[in-house]
Amino acid sequence: MTSLERTAPIAFGLLGLILWQTAVSLLQVPVYVLPGPIAIITAFWSDHASLLLSLLSTLAVTAAALIAAASLGMILALAMAASRLARAAIQPWAVVLQVTPVVAIAPLIIIWVNQQFAALVVCATIVAFFPVLSNTAAGLAATPPELADLFRLNGATRRQTLFLLRLPAALPYFLAGLRIAGTLALVGAVVAEFVASSGGFASGLAGRILESGYRLEIARMFAALTLLAITGILIYAALGAFERMILRRFGAGPSGEVK
Amino acid sequence: MLRLNGVGRRFPNNVIALDNITTRIEPGAFIALLGPSGCGKSTLLRILAGLDTPDTGSLTWDDNTPPGPGDIGFVFQDATLLPWANAEANVFLPLRLAGKSLETARPIVRDTLAQLGLAGFEHAKPTELSGGMRMRVSIARALVSRPKLLLMDEPFAALDEFTRHRLQDDLFALWREARTTIVFVTHSIYEAAYLASRIIVMSPRPGRIAAELTCTLPDTNTRRTDPAYAALTTQVTETLRAVMPA
Repeated sequence: MTSLERTAPIAFGLLGLILWQTAVSLLQVPVYVLPGPIAIITAFWSDHASLLLSLLSTLAVTAAALIAAASLGMILALAMAASRLARAAIQPWAVVLQVTPVVAIAPLIIIWVNQQFAALVVCATIVAFFPVLSNTAAGLAATPPELADLFRLNGATRRQTLFLLRLPAALPYFLAGLRIAGTLALVGAVVAEFVASSGGFASGLAGRILESGYRLEIARMFAALTLLAITGILIYAALGAFERMILRRFGAGPSGEVK
Repeated sequence: MLRLNGVGRRFPNNVIALDNITTRIEPGAFIALLGPSGCGKSTLLRILAGLDTPDTGSLTWDDNTPPGPGDIGFVFQDATLLPWANAEANVFLPLRLAGKSLETARPIVRDTLAQLGLAGFEHAKPTELSGGMRMRVSIARALVSRPKLLLMDEPFAALDEFTRHRLQDDLFALWREARTTIVFVTHSIYEAAYLASRIIVMSPRPGRIAAELTCTLPDTNTRRTDPAYAALTTQVTETLRAVMPA
């Protein structure tokens, strides 16, 4: 990638912002309909303490959900790899959870789980765990058959085969699943916060967005949205860097390339 | 080493992979299983390894002692190394599975690597090695447990001609030194003629033994340029022409 190609998205974004600001100023669009970038930055600056605190709350839910999703996905994938019966039992339910919109289940979970933070984490975990589960399961199933034969020939125990062959071979798949789960955990956290906010619990960024909507503070709403978008990109990039670091140390190729 | 008594294998789709294979694998022999694709050579190799079981017939091991873990070395067409482990760890693997620690096994691992010309490459990862070097690591891994029987499934088929010649030379030298019993699957007449002490020619659908040739080339490292080698390849070619279905 040339340096020109690298700077292209930034230049394109800046151009868009300038056009946006110019159009809003020239056409005198009211700020409660569409604020310009300058109004959004001003709104962020005048309320940054509250917005950043809310972001922190959303991030806490996201991080907890990501850890829960990684553990749950890994454990279920291992169970599915260990026994065909477990696979048959688990797989359809994992798909059911995946295809049911979390907005629809969230009110139930918030009623059932009395602690708000835990309730949000449960919702976000439900959204995030599926890619970890399906990727790790695919990785565990994709052990090269020759290597499995080699382990058999040398009298390897199930435990040795799992720890010395199947888990390391599944690692690139697991990490690719984790990268997707990271952004999904954020999406799940925000969705759950929206549902919880309507019940009066509003510590996360979704609470700020709803609040701004009620008060017609559209610039502040945009500021919160922008914050969310940047956070999502950063989570994705951070997990991508983590993935590359682990794989480089591990000597395996990029995602999925096990041979 | 062992006898095969009427070994047959039929796949679930009713293809007869092997039909009535009867032969003997004598200790210290270098046997080439030669034949076109689909003649059941690889299936036969897997049966010898115990990775597949015959539907009919049986294997009889000398002294009635079937091989245990580490008694059989297997080399696949691809090097199939653990991509995350370096050369030393890959060669150590069979000993590790047998419960040995790297400290106690290191001398054997280093020796075996050196035997295959890999001294100094202990810490290289598979991605840092050429195809020929990866295959050397794979052969070292198969030999490190000092197997009684070494099974090789077209190990050099994916290599370029020069690398293939070097590896054939080195494998032949190793065999002359250690006289490990080797069964070597190939579809190359020249490879079979150069390496083997006996060539088993197989014909396809159903996989049968079509001919057996005992090779009597001079037991030296110059046999590739020996006139007897050219004569043997001609003989094998003629045998193949006579037994293969048109």
